[in-house]
Amino acid sequence: MSPLLTVENLRIELTTRDGVAPVIDDLSLSLNAGETLSFVGESGCGKSMTALALMGLLPEKIGRVAAGKIIFDGEDITHASPARLREIRGNDISMIFQEPMTSLNPVFSVGEQIAEAIRAHQNLPRKAAWNKAVELLDAVRIPNPKGRAGDYPFQMSGGQRQRAMIAMALACEPKLLIADEPTTALDVTVQAQIFDLLTDLQKQSGAAIILITHDMGAVAEMARDVIVMYAGRKAEYGPVDAIIEHPRHPYTQGLISCVPHIVSDMTEERHDLVEVPGIVPSLKDFGRDECLFASRCQHRTEECMSKRPVEKHFDNNQIADCWHAEEL
Amino acid sequence: MTDLLNVENLTVRFEVKRGGMFGKKAHLYAVDDVSFTVKRGETLAIVGESGSGKTTAALAVARLQDAYKGRVELDGDDILPMEGEALRQVRQKVQFIFQDPYSSLNPRKRAQDIVQEPLDSLSDKSKAEKEKIVAGLFEAVGLRPEQMRLFAHQFSGGQRQRIGIARALATQPELIICDEPVSALDVAVQAQILNLLRKLQKDMGLTFLFISHDLGVVQHMSDAIAVMYMGKVVEHASRLDLFGNPKHPYTQALLSAVPTVDRTKRAEQKRILIPGDPPDPVNLPKGCRFAGRCPVAQDKCLGEEPALVDDGKGHRVACHFA
Ligand SMILES: Nc1ncnc2c1ncn2[C@@H]1O[C@H](COP(=O)(O)OP(=O)(O)O)[C@@H](O)[C@H]1O
Ligand SMILES: Nc1ncnc2c1ncn2[C@@H]1O[C@H](COP(=O)(O)OP(=O)(O)O)[C@@H](O)[C@H]1O
Ligand code: SF4
Ligand code: SF4
Ligand SMILES: [Mg+2]
Ligand SMILES: [Mg+2]
Repeated sequence: MSPLLTVENLRIELTTRDGVAPVIDDLSLSLNAGETLSFVGESGCGKSMTALALMGLLPEKIGRVAAGKIIFDGEDITHASPARLREIRGNDISMIFQEPMTSLNPVFSVGEQIAEAIRAHQNLPRKAAWNKAVELLDAVRIPNPKGRAGDYPFQMSGGQRQRAMIAMALACEPKLLIADEPTTALDVTVQAQIFDLLTDLQKQSGAAIILITHDMGAVAEMARDVIVMYAGRKAEYGPVDAIIEHPRHPYTQGLISCVPHIVSDMTEERHDLVEVPGIVPSLKDFGRDECLFASRCQHRTEECMSKRPVEKHFDNNQIADCWHAEEL
Repeated sequence: MTDLLNVENLTVRFEVKRGGMFGKKAHLYAVDDVSFTVKRGETLAIVGESGSGKTTAALAVARLQDAYKGRVELDGDDILPMEGEALRQVRQKVQFIFQDPYSSLNPRKRAQDIVQEPLDSLSDKSKAEKEKIVAGLFEAVGLRPEQMRLFAHQFSGGQRQRIGIARALATQPELIICDEPVSALDVAVQAQILNLLRKLQKDMGLTFLFISHDLGVVQHMSDAIAVMYMGKVVEHASRLDLFGNPKHPYTQALLSAVPTVDRTKRAEQKRILIPGDPPDPVNLPKGCRFAGRCPVAQDKCLGEEPALVDDGKGHRVACHFA
C-alpha cells in the first residue's frame, strides 16, 4: 500500500520585512490511511504553517513553496492550481482549528453551514443536505441534534462548537483530517470526549489524521508517529512509543521532562522540573547553517554551531537531527 | 501546622439579566457556600473546569470582589468586614499573580515602577528603601538589573510573569494567590516559572493559593487540593489522597481524562467519560449539580444536595455515594 500522504524535502519560504526565511525547512514525512501523525513543539516552531502548506493555504503573497513535493493520494499537489486545491479541500482534506469561532460563520445556523459544506461536495437537494447535517451533529454527539441544528454558534458551549466544527470538517468525508490544536482551549473532560470522537470516527471512516498539539500526553494517547518541530525543522521523527521511551534529540528530551506529568507511582517527593532555558528563535533566524537549538542545548559542541545537523537513523525507525544523537 | 487561611461558607453571586433588555433579574451563584483551608507555608490548589468559580473565589479571598456571605479568616481574623487602614494591612499580606502576563502589566510604566507599585500604595517606606527592595526582587525572580528600566512590551511572556511575581512579592505578603500563572506560557517557560515559585516559597516561607485547570501542574505544585464544580467544592484532600484515592465521581472523571506519557498509567487508567455539559448556572438543578453527568447517580441525587463531609482523616467529599 502506498501512503496517503508523502512530503518530500518540503521548503516553505515566507517573505517578511526582515527578508526571506524558511518557515518549513526540508521536511519529509509519510502517512498511511487510517493512521495518526502528530506534530509537537512550542509555539512559533512552524506547526500551523505546515498544516496550511498541506492544505494549499499559505499566506498570500508572502508564502511560497520553494522546494520539495507534497504528494496526496498519488497526485503531486505541490503546484496545483487554486481551483484544484479548492476541490481537494472540499472533498479530501479537511481542517479543524483551535478556535471554532474563527471558522464558523456567526450569522448562519450550525445546521445551515454543515448542509452548505455537504452540498459543496455532493449534489444533494437542500432538504436532504439538512437531514445529513443533523445526522453528522448526532455523530459528533451533540445532544438533541434535530433541535440544535438551528442554533447559531454563539448559542453553543465551547465544546459543542468544536464538535460542530468537526461535523463540518467531516461533511465531505475527507481522507485526511488536519486538527490544529483542536482542544487547547477546552477543559480536559471535553478534550477527552473530542479525542474519543476523533478516534471512533477514524475507525469508521479510515481517514488519516494529523494532530497538531503542544501536549506530549495528547501525542502519546492519540498518535502512532510523531514529528517534533523546532524552528521550522524536524528535530525528531518516529514511532511515539519509541520516542517517549528514549528521545534522542535534546529538544524532545526537554519537551518531555519539563512538563509535570501525572504518574502512577506518585510520592511525597518532588524534584525541580527540568528547565530548557531560553525561547524559540524568531523567523528571521530560521534557516541558518547551524543547529538552531544550540543556544538552549546543554550538549552543544563546536560542531553544533557551525553546521546544520544531519539525520541520524536508528533501528526502530527513529530519526533525530542532532550531531550527538547516538550518544544521547 | 496552623491554618493561615480559613474560608467558611463563602458565597459570591452576580446579578444577571435573563431574556433581553426587559428580562427578569436573576442571581448567578458563582461561588456557593464554599469552605477550604490553607496551611501556613503550604500550597492549596483549586482545580475545576472553566466557569466553576475558581477565579471568583480567589478574587473574593483577595478582597478584589465583594462576597455575598461567609468568612475569610486570615491569621484568625475575618477580613471580609475590614475597611480603611485594616484593609490596607490585609492588602499587604495578600497578593495576586494573574494569568495573562500580557494584559496585567501597565504598558506605560517601566518594569521597576510596576514592581514598586504595591510599595507606593501600601507602605510608608522611603524612596531609598523601596529602590533597594525592588533591586532585590529583580534578582530573586531571575531578571537582570539593567532590565529594570525597560517597558513591559520589551519582555517575553515568561519574563513578564517574573515581573508579575516580583510585584506580588514587594510587600512581603504571607499569602500569594496565583490564578493560572502558567497557562498562557509555553511548556519550557512554564517549567522555569513553576521552579521559581517553588524556590521562592521555600526561601521565603510563602503560602500559595494556586489556581489551575492543569492537573499535572497541580500535582507538582500542591500540598492539598480543592476540586470545584459549578460553584461548589466537591472534594478537598491532601495531594496524595486526592491523586491516589479520588472519591468524588467528578474528580475521578477529571483525573481519568488527563492524557499521559506514562505507559503504565495509560494501561491502568480507564477513562470515565462524562457526557453532556454542565447545567445552566442561573438555573441549577435541585439536587447534586453533577447528577446530570454522573455515571453513578441515583434517585437520591436528584432530590438532595450532598454536603461536604470529612471522613475523619481530613479527606472531604460532597457525594451521597462516595
Ligand atoms: N503570516 C505570517 N507572517 C509572518 N510570519 C509568520 C506568519 N505566520 C507565521 N509566521 C511566523 O512563522 C513561524 C511559525 O509560525 P506557526 O506555524 O504559526 O507556528 P506554530 O503553529 O508552531 O506555533 C513563527 O515564527 C511565526 O511568527
Ligand atoms: N462579573 C461577572 N458577572 C457575571 N457573571 C460572572 C462574572 N464573573 C464571573 N461570572 C460567572 O461566574 C462563574 C464562575 O466564573 P469564574 O470564577 O471566572 O470561573 P473559573 O475561574 O473557574 O473559570 C461563571 O459562570 C462566570 O460566567
Ligand atoms: S546538534 Fe548539538 S546543539 Fe543541536 S541538539 Fe544536538 S547536541 Fe544540541
Ligand atoms: S451525589 Fe450522586 S450525582 Fe452527585 S456525585 Fe455523588 S453519586 Fe453522583
Ligand atoms: Mg499554531
Ligand atoms: Mg478563571
